[in-house]
Amino acid sequence: MTPLVRFSDDTDGGFHGPSLEEFFPPAVLFEGTPFELNRIMLIRILITVLLIVWMLVATRRMRLVPTRFQAANEFLFGFVRNSIIIETLGEKDGKRFMAPLFAMFFLILGLNLTGIVPGLNIAGTSVIGTPLVLAIVSYVMFVWAGIRKHGWKFFKNSLFPAGVPWPLYIVVTPIELISTFVLRPVTLTLRLLMNMVAGHMLLVLCFSATSFFLFDVLAGGQLIGLLGIGTFAFGAVFTLFELMVAALQAYVFTFLAAVYIQLSLADEH
Amino acid sequence: MLTAFLAGAPTKDVNPLLPEDYDLLWSSVIFVALLIVVAIWVLPRLNKALDARAEAIEGGLKKAEEAQAAAAAARDEYTAQLAEARAEASRIREQARTDGQAILAELKEQAQAEAARIVANAQTQIEAERSAAMVSLRAEVGSLALDLASGVIGETLSDDKKAAAVVDRFLADLEADEKAKAGK
Repeated sequence: MTPLVRFSDDTDGGFHGPSLEEFFPPAVLFEGTPFELNRIMLIRILITVLLIVWMLVATRRMRLVPTRFQAANEFLFGFVRNSIIIETLGEKDGKRFMAPLFAMFFLILGLNLTGIVPGLNIAGTSVIGTPLVLAIVSYVMFVWAGIRKHGWKFFKNSLFPAGVPWPLYIVVTPIELISTFVLRPVTLTLRLLMNMVAGHMLLVLCFSATSFFLFDVLAGGQLIGLLGIGTFAFGAVFTLFELMVAALQAYVFTFLAAVYIQLSLADEH
Repeated sequence: MLTAFLAGAPTKDVNPLLPEDYDLLWSSVIFVALLIVVAIWVLPRLNKALDARAEAIEGGLKKAEEAQAAAAAARDEYTAQLAEARAEASRIREQARTDGQAILAELKEQAQAEAARIVANAQTQIEAERSAAMVSLRAEVGSLALDLASGVIGETLSDDKKAAAVVDRFLADLEADEKAKAGK
């Protein structure tokens, strides 16, 4: 952080470090109402529209012998459908919870990827709303699944695990209560949100430093500005890293949501 | 806590952990929109295509199995027919051989009988001709010999009684001689 401070004091404010304000850009439309649209909301809507169009085109006239386009899409769809959902929940329950989990995966993936799309440059999931809404969806799903399967015994099973001597419930029950019904949605939300926030911060840091070194320092005649080449290389590497993180977080979020449902459906707790 | 990260940058009072109402609203809207599309169109189509393919593959496998079974049955039938044909052929060949041998034996027998008959005929004929020859010889040789003898010894032998006796004796000798030859 020290060079950051030093350079930001340097020259006439040539270096702009990343700031949290970037996640709350000025409104574009409907300012001050619950319908306020800013840059990030527009990115989310754009991605959602693209996802819908892509999915509808990809599943239109699916053939027995797939074209290359269809095979590629089927590979993606099949990965989510089979490897994440059905392998975790089984054929029958997997199909019951398929739609929300499927939509969840591709929405997260699409919104994560906007973090490295030039021109968009910020992940739609880097503002808490979407991670939180999706975590609530996951929460509702696993609680609902448990109640449908076990009735009110679901809560008893979750909070008073079988096979534990009863005095231990004094310790175990609060832990189970917090871990199952509080920490699950919180960790889902924060894991995704913080990954995307941190990724954005890193990229902004690398590329704004590159811009500062090359166009302010080096252009001002100081050779130390060549450091900009290094920061640009870092930015490029972190862009690839973010690509991986985007896919990984989508996978982790969806997989955990499926696992939570599976745990609720399981007979023994 | 995150604001500590932003050393030196001018900050508004923002907390990234507190969702704005518009943030929640649009997040919900996009999720619901995608969920509806996925549930109504995308997944049914995808499942239909995957099921159709699974069915096609299963059907194809089954069909191939059936074809294989049919081919095996046809091959078995063919083999059986071939074996039967072979057996039939060898049976016919055996029959032909027996028939041929019978025919050959019969022909041989007929030929032998014919030959025997021909031989017998020939012997009879020869015997008859020999007898005839003997008779005519006896008559002719007698007179020829007499003529010859008359010519040689003159008219002394023209006496019929004597001549006949000479001839008879000569012929008897001849006959006896011949019989002795045949008897040997």
